[in-house]
Formats: sequence, C-alpha cells, structure tokens
Amino acid sequence: MDTDLIAASVRASSPEIIVIIGACAALMLSLWPHQDQQKYLTWLSLITILLASAQTLQLSPRPVNIVETTYSGMFVVDAFATYFKMLLYLGTALTILMSGKFLQTEEAVKGEYYVLLLFALAGTMIMVSGADLLIIYIGLELQALSIYVLTGFLKTRGRSVEAALKYVILGAFSSGILLYGLSLIYGLTGSTQLGVLNSALATADLSEPMLILATVFLLVGLLFKIGAVPFHMWVPDIYEGAPTPITAYLSVASKTAAFAVLLRVFMGSLIGLEPLWSSGLAAIAVATMALGSLVALVQDNIKRLLAYSSISHVGFLLLGIIAGTTSGMSAILLYLLIYTFMTLGLFAIVILLHRDVRAGEPLTLFSGLAQSHAGLAFMAMIFLFSLAGIPPTGGFFAKFYVLVALIDAGHVTLAVIAVLLSAVAAWFYLRLIMLIYIQPAEPTTGSTAAPATGPTGHARAAILLSAPMRLVLLFSFSGTVLSGIFPAWFLAMARQASLSGLGN
Amino acid sequence: MEDLLREYLPIVIFLGLAIAIGLVFIFAALIIAVRNPDPEKVSAYECGFNAFDDSRMKFDVRFYLVSILFIIFDLEIAFLFPWAVAFKDVGLLGFWSMIVFLGVLTVGFAYEWKKGALEWE
Repeated sequence: MDTDLIAASVRASSPEIIVIIGACAALMLSLWPHQDQQKYLTWLSLITILLASAQTLQLSPRPVNIVETTYSGMFVVDAFATYFKMLLYLGTALTILMSGKFLQTEEAVKGEYYVLLLFALAGTMIMVSGADLLIIYIGLELQALSIYVLTGFLKTRGRSVEAALKYVILGAFSSGILLYGLSLIYGLTGSTQLGVLNSALATADLSEPMLILATVFLLVGLLFKIGAVPFHMWVPDIYEGAPTPITAYLSVASKTAAFAVLLRVFMGSLIGLEPLWSSGLAAIAVATMALGSLVALVQDNIKRLLAYSSISHVGFLLLGIIAGTTSGMSAILLYLLIYTFMTLGLFAIVILLHRDVRAGEPLTLFSGLAQSHAGLAFMAMIFLFSLAGIPPTGGFFAKFYVLVALIDAGHVTLAVIAVLLSAVAAWFYLRLIMLIYIQPAEPTTGSTAAPATGPTGHARAAILLSAPMRLVLLFSFSGTVLSGIFPAWFLAMARQASLSGLGN
Repeated sequence: MEDLLREYLPIVIFLGLAIAIGLVFIFAALIIAVRNPDPEKVSAYECGFNAFDDSRMKFDVRFYLVSILFIIFDLEIAFLFPWAVAFKDVGLLGFWSMIVFLGVLTVGFAYEWKKGALEWE
C-alpha cells in the first residue's frame, strides 16, 4: 500500500477529520456534567468549526480549476466543494449560536445536541466532497441519522417526537429509492464513481428503459431530500415539529448539501442524460414554486409558513439547474448563500419570540413587534423583503441571477412563470410585515393566565438579546444587506466555485 | 454493457430456481397432502404439550439495547481477527489504521459505560 497516497488522502479530508475529532471530544466532554457545560460545548463546537474552515481554506485549490482527487477517486477537493463547505460551516455555526437559548427555555440542554450537530456537519461535508455515489450516500446517511435524533430532541413534546418518527420513515423510504437508482446505475455502467459515469454514459442509448428508470430513481431520491413537489409532504410537518434551531438547520444546511449533490451528479456526471430529466425537472420546478407559494398563503403557523416558503425557494433553485449553464450554476450557488443568511436571520427572530412549544408559533407572534422592538422589527422586515425578493436586499439578486441564466438559456416562458409565482409568494411575506408594523399587539391577558388563553398574550418586554443571538443577527443581517449592495462580489465567488464543479 | 449483464446470469438462475422450488413445495403440499383436520391437530403446541401462554409476550426493551451494543463489539472482533492473523503483513500502516478504529470505538464505549447502558438495573 502506498503510504504517500494515504497521507495525501488524509490531508485532503482533514477538515472532515477535524470535525469528527471535535464531535468525539464534545461527546466525551458531555459525559461529565458541569454547571457551565453548555458554554464549554458551544465553544468547543465553534472552535472545531473554525479550525475546519481554516483547514478548508488552506486546502482550497489554487488556481481554482485544479481538482484534487483522493481515496482512489472517491473524494474530491475542488473550489465547488470548498464553497459549499464554507456555506455549511456558516449554517452550522449560526445554528449552534442560536440553539443555546432555545434549549434553555425548553429545558433540553444536553451535550448530545452539539455532538449530533457536528456529526451532521461531517455528513454534509462528505456529501459535498464525495466523488462516488456510495460515498455521497454514506455522507447523506450520517447527516440524516443525526438529524432524525435532533428532530425528536424535545422528547417530552409530542409534536417533536411525531416529527422525528415521520422523518425517519420518509427518510428511510427516500434513501431506499436513491439506493435503488444507484444500484441500477452501477448495474448499467459497472461503476459508482462520478468521473467514470460521465464517460460511460456519454455514449449511452437514451431509450434504454433501465437507464430511464435509474435516472428517475436517482432524481426522485434527491428531490425527496430537498423537498420538491410532489415529494414535499414531509416538509411542513417536520419543520413544525422539530426544535426551531433544527428547523433552521434543516432548511439551510441539509438543503444546501443535497443541492450540492444534485448539482454535482446531474450537472456533472449525468449531463449526458439531460434529455431524460430536463423537461421533467422543469415541470417539477414549476409545480414546486406554485404549491409552495399558494399553500403558504393560508398558513397560520410561522414554522409551517417558512416550510412552504422554503419549498417555493427550492422550486426557484431548480430553475438554475434547468438553465444548465455555468451561469445557472453560479446563480444557484449565490442563491444558496443568500438564502442561508436570510433564512437563519428570520429563524433567529422566531426563536427570540418563541415562548413555549405547547403554544406553538402562530403568526400573531409577530403582531405589534414594531411598537415594542423597533430594531428587531426592522431586521425582520429586511429578512422578509429579502425572502420575497424585493431590491435592494440580497434575495432580489439571488432570484435575478437565476432568471438571467434562465433567459440566456432560452427558457423565457419558465422565467415569466417564475416571476409571476414569486409575486404570489411576496404576498405572504408582506402579510407578515403588515402584522409587524400595522397590527397592534393583542393585549396581555394577565400574568395568571395559563398558556391556553392564547399565545398572543405574551409580554413583549421579556425579549432578551443574548450575545450569541446578537452575533447571529449581526451575521445574517449584514450578509443579507451586503449581498444586496455588492452582489457582483458575491457572484464572482460563486462563479469561481461553479467553474470547477461543472468541469468534473 | 452486455458482458456486464451476463455476469449477473448466475444470480438470475439462482433466483429463478429459488422461486420455483419454493412454489413446488407449497403446491405439492396443497395437492398431495392428506387433509383431515380436527381441533386437536390444528391447535398450537409447544414440544408436544399445550402452549403455556401466548407467544406474543412483552419483553424488556433493555434486551434491544444490549443486542445493539453486542453487535458493535461483535463487528469489532470480525475486524480484529483477520488483522491479528495477518499482523506480520499489514505493516505499520495496518497497525495504525486499526488503532484509529479502536480509538473511535473506545469513544463510543466510554459513552455507553458512563451513560449506564451496561447496567441492568
């Protein structure tokens, strides 16, 4: 065995190794209860992520088009993977920062929470760097298994446990479909490595029924993971039931990693099969946007509303894949970055307003926020504007570049439909802003009243901005605003990353 | 692609044979068997006695935990055994690979020990 090759492989995967060692250390730390344990664990997790990101940056290929393949071609370090890993570090670190207070109010402070988040991060990193369908699958499962447990982390709450069970069953089902497609691909080409697939499928007969079946299964498995229509039905229930920071993680980091796989597999290796999947994917994208935007109009729970909002964003992101060009891909990469900022920011505000899981998170939680907390209300407004895609926030440019790529590729009809549907989506974001600014807060029904009297009767003055929360809001707010002011700089970053991913 | 698919031919033959034999046994029993039931014949029995109680009984969920923990260490032995047999040939790299594996396993072991998963009461 060549020791040099192994040393190179270990070096290339050192960020993953750092995260896993950090998770093991956090697990050991969690075993000895201590008064400040949560603080130590938060610090340990953040330092781990910081070290891993420093290592990722150090490993990042220069010049950007260099692709370093290790582990016998199963694991790849390129600008694409580096970009996505930085995105995942950001999402996970902000999730960890906003978790502390939530876990305290829910009295669910346990060390395992941070350990599982770090393992989920390692899983998503492996997904992003995987150059072999099996490695990608292993990363996916590592991520999913950690998230299943985290979804049911509030084990005394029925909704959380129910969401976890649903997620396990549907996750297993979708993984099964993915694996089935994977095995068919292996049966047809004799390889699971993406590079080999690319050349093997370049000359494939597209009318072969097995090939069509394999492509459809692979696509369906991945669409399940990102929650595209008609595989979206798990999203609202699980987003509503999961602890709110985990909902934020699910809608940002999990989705980002699944999109990285979708891009690498379908725009890289299976690009030769494009005639098989592109029209189907276009229909799915339109259906996803339409259903997400329309159903969100009638939601009265903030987490369900954000679930449907994330479904409609997924539809928009899929349009970038249909464009099929490098600019389509860099538009998706930029979109995912801005989406991370604005979604995490809004979730942080939801956590701040959150009182009690039993009361749920009704939309009225937001009403009258402007009167009591003008600063917070302003931030919420910017995040909502950004999600709706209104300039000059980042969300506008995210959508704008996807549309530009789509029109450049000649899909004008799709672009028009997308604009119309995002106008529909804008309505429910604006409705929330209306609640914040116009609706007065409903009067408090007295401190003796039980939560049954209505979740709106909370005294607003109690919102305490802890230092980690301030940091989350600062990061996500400045990210949302800066990407709106300097979109070109962010786009250049995304473009560099996408150049290496498409080449494969 | 044809050659590749041909490699799976033994599996297809095996599957066909397995299904055929299974069906033959079922249908042979349907066609040939003498059926003359009476209540005593069709009732459940345990080693020739009447059943003592229902077979669908509750059992302690801790058995489940123990069996999971058992499987981990069972697999550890499955890994360690060939490694130990080929110890002279695996070299330094083989040695350290196994040490890393055992290190990861030890973390899990420490966790389950401290959490009391190994205590029955």
